[in-house]
Amino acid sequence: MLEWFSFLETFKTGSGLWNPLVWGVAAVITFLIIYIIRGQGKKDYKRGTEQTKVFLSGNPEFDDKEKMHVKGSNVYWGFMETLQGVYKTLSDMHTGVVSDYVLWFMIVLGLFLIVLVGVF
Amino acid sequence: MFFDNLPALAVAVPLFGAFLTPLISKIGDRARNVFAIFVAVFTTLIVFLLANNVFTNGIQTYVFGGSYQPGETVIRIFFEVDGMSAFMAIIAVVLPLVAVIYSWGFMKKETGLDKYYTLILLMTTGMLGLVLTGDMFNFFVFLEITSISSAALVAFWVNKGKAVDAGFKYIVISAIGALFVLFAVALLYGQYDALNMAVLANSIQYTFLDKMALVLLLGALAMKAGIVPMHMWLPDAYGYAPSSVTLVLIGATQASLYGVFRVVFTLYGRQLTTVVNQVPLNVLLAVFIVALALATIVVGVLMALKQSNLKRMIAFAAVAEIGYMILAVGAALSTIRVDSVTGVTMLTGSGEMALKGGLFHIINDALDIGLLFLVAGAVYYATREISVDKLGGLARNMKYTTVFFLIGLLAVSGMPPMNGFASKLLIYESTYQINPILAIIAVLCSILLLAVFIKVFHSIFLGPELKVFKDVNETSKSMLLAMGVIAVVIVFFGLFPELVVNNLVQPAADALTDMLKNGLYVKAVLGVI
Repeated sequence: MLEWFSFLETFKTGSGLWNPLVWGVAAVITFLIIYIIRGQGKKDYKRGTEQTKVFLSGNPEFDDKEKMHVKGSNVYWGFMETLQGVYKTLSDMHTGVVSDYVLWFMIVLGLFLIVLVGVF
Repeated sequence: MFFDNLPALAVAVPLFGAFLTPLISKIGDRARNVFAIFVAVFTTLIVFLLANNVFTNGIQTYVFGGSYQPGETVIRIFFEVDGMSAFMAIIAVVLPLVAVIYSWGFMKKETGLDKYYTLILLMTTGMLGLVLTGDMFNFFVFLEITSISSAALVAFWVNKGKAVDAGFKYIVISAIGALFVLFAVALLYGQYDALNMAVLANSIQYTFLDKMALVLLLGALAMKAGIVPMHMWLPDAYGYAPSSVTLVLIGATQASLYGVFRVVFTLYGRQLTTVVNQVPLNVLLAVFIVALALATIVVGVLMALKQSNLKRMIAFAAVAEIGYMILAVGAALSTIRVDSVTGVTMLTGSGEMALKGGLFHIINDALDIGLLFLVAGAVYYATREISVDKLGGLARNMKYTTVFFLIGLLAVSGMPPMNGFASKLLIYESTYQINPILAIIAVLCSILLLAVFIKVFHSIFLGPELKVFKDVNETSKSMLLAMGVIAVVIVFFGLFPELVVNNLVQPAADALTDMLKNGLYVKAVLGVI
């Protein structure tokens, strides 16, 4: 039978600990502090001017909002462009041909055999 | 009577339910759906009672067949349910239950649903049999039942060529894997004249044939578990199956992972400290498994980032998550030592933590990745679109689905206070103590995983309203209920990790380590024989 206080126990990880409830309280306090600091900011900005517009890295804002949506494939384009070589190798591995899948299985089985059985 | 037969009922109820479903289907669609949910609920109840029994009273054995008489040959099969089996059985039964609830809405426009529900219940039978059996040949049989029903379900949308192609690939891979498992079973049977896991674990001498059997078993089960570079069937199968089926497939994949645990810690548990080529077997296995784990995590995350098909993206993330589980297994294996004073084989403190982290991550992965797949299904159901390049602004019309996706993405990326954080914390900390580079790679890939899902969240749910999806509505109540149940469990597991670890994960970890320390799994059966 579970005791009510077992719900409050701290999660012990061997050399560390983690208590989500304490983390939750800390998160709420942090947001409160942020809110208070935000409240100290300038209130003399001008509505409806450049000061309140969303910053788009210098790009013009289209009237058709649909055109403003950044499609999935465009996100992290730079990261993937940098790792082009890695992605080419990975794409070449994923041929979609089932006999290649079996070939990879045989390769791993062979490695297992060398490591565990000691067949050189 | 009922309580004495729980292990048998856990398999028998979904099996009979599966074959009754086409008959009930003649009454009407509603009756069939209610019946499938009833069978799933009843099986869940049986498994929970069985698990409670095991967690309270220890290992349960169940014998199919006659009692042993000296000098006579008795044909019989053992089910042996320890903490690890009970833990996996809970996963294997909860996922199909959620899937049949979800299917009520998700599959309502489809035909052939009598076969669909029959196959889901057969798959449940296979998974439960896999994790409950104490017999190697039985293990192979249940592996086949799971594979065949899974392949048929992957190809359920026969009008879509890619689904049939994925189903074909799945059955080819499964058949080859099962063949190698059968070959390994034959090698063990040929030597020891036994198929019972406990008897085999007690007899194995680590001969050349035993080594061959270990290679075949680990290779086949690792492929079925989707470990890189043998993972390529997984994005195909997960990506093109109906989302409700994908949820159950996660359980099937994890049942194969259970097989890896069972083979390493139970079947070969007593031989782990055997020295091979001047290196202990546990260290050899650990190095190999950790290398595969790192490859699985890195390839899974990098490939997920590249996908534009939402379901394939989640499938690659699922591959990465499997990597975290086997990283923990490898880390735990590397710490196995023989105590110089007592002569007992045991894991060090960090090894036990790694094992607990890996086991905790199994159940968390099933929930987190499962929820993301259900959300992907809900998005497809509402929009008939699955490409992240074509979707956008759905949060306006699908508020609940958006919240469920947010919960799933935070959990799968290991963000506090979700459940994924607690299990990954255990894995990071324990692997750091073994080799800091392992933990650093694991943390970096988790951050990358977060980046992957933020991209998806932004592309699909945020941004301006797209004209083509202006009239999209929230999904059906049954789908929301299924996603809601998993989301609540994720948050609960995240808020009370110590409770979950103490009551669910610890008994499973103890079952594996007890085999190393005192051969409890063997003693439980040899006492019965």
